[in-house]
Amino acid sequence: MKGSRKIRVLPGFGLSLGFSIFYISLLVLIPLAAVFIKSFDLTWAQFWSTVSNPRVVASYRISFSTAFWAGAINAVFGLLVAWVLVRYRFPGKGLIDSLVDIPFALPTAVAGIALTTIYAKNGWIGSLLDPLGIKVAYSQSGIIIALVFIGLPFVVRTVQPVLQDLEKEREEAAVMLGAYRLRTFIKVILPELLPALLTGFALSFARGIGEYGSVVFISGNMPLKTEIAPLLIMTKLEQFDYAGATAIAAVMLTISFILLLLINLLQWKMNRRTLSE
Amino acid sequence: MAGAISVHTDSEASKRPRHITESPVVKWLLIGLALAFLGLVVALPLVSVFVEAFRKGAEVYVKALTEPDALSALKLTLLVAVIAVPLNTVFGLAAAWAVSKFSFKGKNFLITLIDLPFAVSPVIAGLVYVLLFGAQGFFGPWLDERGIQIVFALPGIVLATVFVTVPFIARELIPLMQAQGVQEEEAAASLGARGFAIFWRVTLPNIKWGLLYGIILCNARAMGEFGAVSVVSGHIRGQTNTLPLHVEILYNEYQFSASFAVASLLVMLAVATLMVKAIVQWKSSAH
Repeated sequence: MKGSRKIRVLPGFGLSLGFSIFYISLLVLIPLAAVFIKSFDLTWAQFWSTVSNPRVVASYRISFSTAFWAGAINAVFGLLVAWVLVRYRFPGKGLIDSLVDIPFALPTAVAGIALTTIYAKNGWIGSLLDPLGIKVAYSQSGIIIALVFIGLPFVVRTVQPVLQDLEKEREEAAVMLGAYRLRTFIKVILPELLPALLTGFALSFARGIGEYGSVVFISGNMPLKTEIAPLLIMTKLEQFDYAGATAIAAVMLTISFILLLLINLLQWKMNRRTLSE
Repeated sequence: MAGAISVHTDSEASKRPRHITESPVVKWLLIGLALAFLGLVVALPLVSVFVEAFRKGAEVYVKALTEPDALSALKLTLLVAVIAVPLNTVFGLAAAWAVSKFSFKGKNFLITLIDLPFAVSPVIAGLVYVLLFGAQGFFGPWLDERGIQIVFALPGIVLATVFVTVPFIARELIPLMQAQGVQEEEAAASLGARGFAIFWRVTLPNIKWGLLYGIILCNARAMGEFGAVSVVSGHIRGQTNTLPLHVEILYNEYQFSASFAVASLLVMLAVATLMVKAIVQWKSSAH
């Protein structure tokens, strides 16, 4: 292995790496391993009957579909917000840029009660939608709104730097070749942004699947209809059904790991592309 | 995953030649659409918190914040942050030093591990400590014999909070320190500076603003964590209730004004956090 025997000039390699690995193992890896070890308490049949229970399957379906739609909405509007922030100048831009980070810094429970109040039947927006027969709070659309709030900064902050580094030359070339603005956007800009957009979508999606605080208030938590998987884990825990909670968690964790791997692959690809250019 | 947060908006990019930008009509249409979306999804909830908090007048607001349960929740929240944030700061600095100053096998894997808590549901972050230290947990009986309580007490709340906020400072520092490279530190080392002096005199001045923002963001997340803490706290009023849990309890008891009053404290924390971020960006772009 070339390079691995290189003399290190700077001190502290062993200490800093050793401490990092120790810390991460003690506080994150070993505790997470407990979930899988605990789920071995169950026989395969017990495990399967827990996770294939209709209420559990429904909660997975709700968590995944709402997180998917929220990710999709964020991909569209996150791109729009990133575009406006990078390409245009307008008064109050700095403030708007800060606003994008609010979901990152605001406690999820606060977001949950605020969104519920706005979208409830007698709320600011809920009261406008109610005569039209649209119910947002205590329905799956409510969950999607909460997850849009939570996931927005992930898309904006992933797309923004890529959009900033986009070369003018390609757009200019497209214009010279006679392409209209929209066509330039679809054929030249969008393909460049696609990896970042996908990463942002995946981050928003991954965060949405596990989100709890903002969702429990607005969802109404009706089994089979608006009950998300993390809430079901909570319910099982409150009933002291530790094995059941663990089985549901093991499935969610496995999916999260796969998503994280995909996201890292995407990011790695993105970095390599920017390096090679 | 949080590495994507610290983006600096470049005003240069907004000055573009006319033929590669949109017509003014389209431009303002897009700006309007983006602002409407942000207003609806982000700004409106913030405003609503204050409106609801003061709905029954300033007296109810002040009372909600000064009643004993609220004060003890505030105290616990501060205590948890005071323990969790320094731990993650030390970890963040160590991990960023290892990742950014050296090349080693499995570096990408380590970065993925640091990201792991982002991808794990907060409820699972709480669950893992119940499985380890709860009454039925692996170490439960052993701890019980010795009268040590972790779950449904302060240590459990701290552990769950640390778990959830592990990546924040590391993820803020890694890109920053990677961009700065190793030349300055190597020069200091070749001039005979010792390890800690290199860090203190060379590295720290370069990363101080990023570090500050990392700490502030980590603090905001630590004080605001809800799902994970909810699992391990046991919701004992006046004892193991943090501010976000107090918000939930008041809300579920239909004491909406009081609930939003406590929530408004957390909104102010979030806004202050982002103000620090704006200052940090302004400071670092001034250099």
